[in-house]
Amino acid sequence: MEFKDYYKVMGVARDATEAQIKQAYRKLARKYHPDVSKEKDAEARFKELGEAYEVLKSPEKRAAYDQLGQGHRAGEDVRPPPDWGAGFEFSGGGARESDFSDFFESLFGAQARARAGNRRGASHPGRGEDHHAKVLLDLDAALHGGARQLALRVPEIDADGRLVSKERVLNVQVPKGILAGQHIRLAGQGARPPGEGTPGDLFIEVEFQPHPLYRADGRDLYLDLPVAPWEAALSAVVKTPTPTGAVELKIPPGSHAGTKLRLKGRGIPASPPGDFYVILQIALPPATDDKAKAAYAAMAAALPFNPRASLGV
Amino acid sequence: MSSSEDRALSGAIFEESTLLTVQDLSRMCAVDERHIVEFVEEGVLSVVEVSAAEWHFTGAALRRARLALRLERDLEINLAGVALALELMEELERLRRELNARR
Repeated sequence: MEFKDYYKVMGVARDATEAQIKQAYRKLARKYHPDVSKEKDAEARFKELGEAYEVLKSPEKRAAYDQLGQGHRAGEDVRPPPDWGAGFEFSGGGARESDFSDFFESLFGAQARARAGNRRGASHPGRGEDHHAKVLLDLDAALHGGARQLALRVPEIDADGRLVSKERVLNVQVPKGILAGQHIRLAGQGARPPGEGTPGDLFIEVEFQPHPLYRADGRDLYLDLPVAPWEAALSAVVKTPTPTGAVELKIPPGSHAGTKLRLKGRGIPASPPGDFYVILQIALPPATDDKAKAAYAAMAAALPFNPRASLGV
Repeated sequence: MSSSEDRALSGAIFEESTLLTVQDLSRMCAVDERHIVEFVEEGVLSVVEVSAAEWHFTGAALRRARLALRLERDLEINLAGVALALELMEELERLRRELNARR
């Protein structure tokens, strides 16, 4: 088992006071909390931090850890002696403990769980806990519905009574029209209660992967549509992809870059359905051959146009 | 227990199908009902008035309540702080989405 240097994780000295530890935790927690952080490895860092704090904030756990830790370095293989932990009373109930490392689990896990008991189950007898998971789906799943294989991590108690995180693959029918931040609720797919009773539910929170064409904002979709300068200036009917197939879209005369056209009800098919917005982008034909150069020159000669008029120059 | 299941499981979109009671939220978040009531009193959760006899919440309250609980527990901030953080996070999320959509 790899030794974890909790002091290093929290960036505090081995003789740090409780106040210093608390201060370090709060500062790092705000930096790495997965709900607020944009750091790439926020989730892993926060987990590590929570584990370190769980040990160092408790005088008993910290003393026990210090006793074990003398002379060890992070990553080193370490095995607690058989009588380790004797004489320390650990108060359990840390809510995140299911996520903690094997190192933590083998030091404090069993004791903490034994004390926490069925603190939760007691208030709702006969019903298993609800489980929550988050998945990244392709936008097409929401646009058209369909079955997807979802790999979820679920906490489970193994044969030795240890809490482990297991991968569970579920084949789930994604409801058409689901939006980012919403949940698919799978009744009875949560935890089983000890003994008889109804299992809890599984809530799967949905987020979308970036789509190659569309960007989602709630139930609305956005598409950047390139058009030629004359299509924007003179009007044209152009082919546009939409989630329900290509459509003929009329570009109004006098359009410019950034003109927004709305196709009502062609966004994500939620209830009510979102809208589909087309944002025009002017694509310039390259002036690589003589013919194209002549056309640009003719335009320059024919049009008294100063694109920088609004800049006052 | 098998780790994979062949038949596709169907589930409804939770937010669209449900109005929640204090009891529902308490069970789903595994906290006391009293805590949910405090969330309402601090403005963390808002009640949709459906009947005078009982409070009801939209399905979206579940995500909000769970987020609030995580902030409270992990960042050790009080309810007023949680309420403020939630408002700012929502605003940030809205601006990010808008920026991403109109980019």
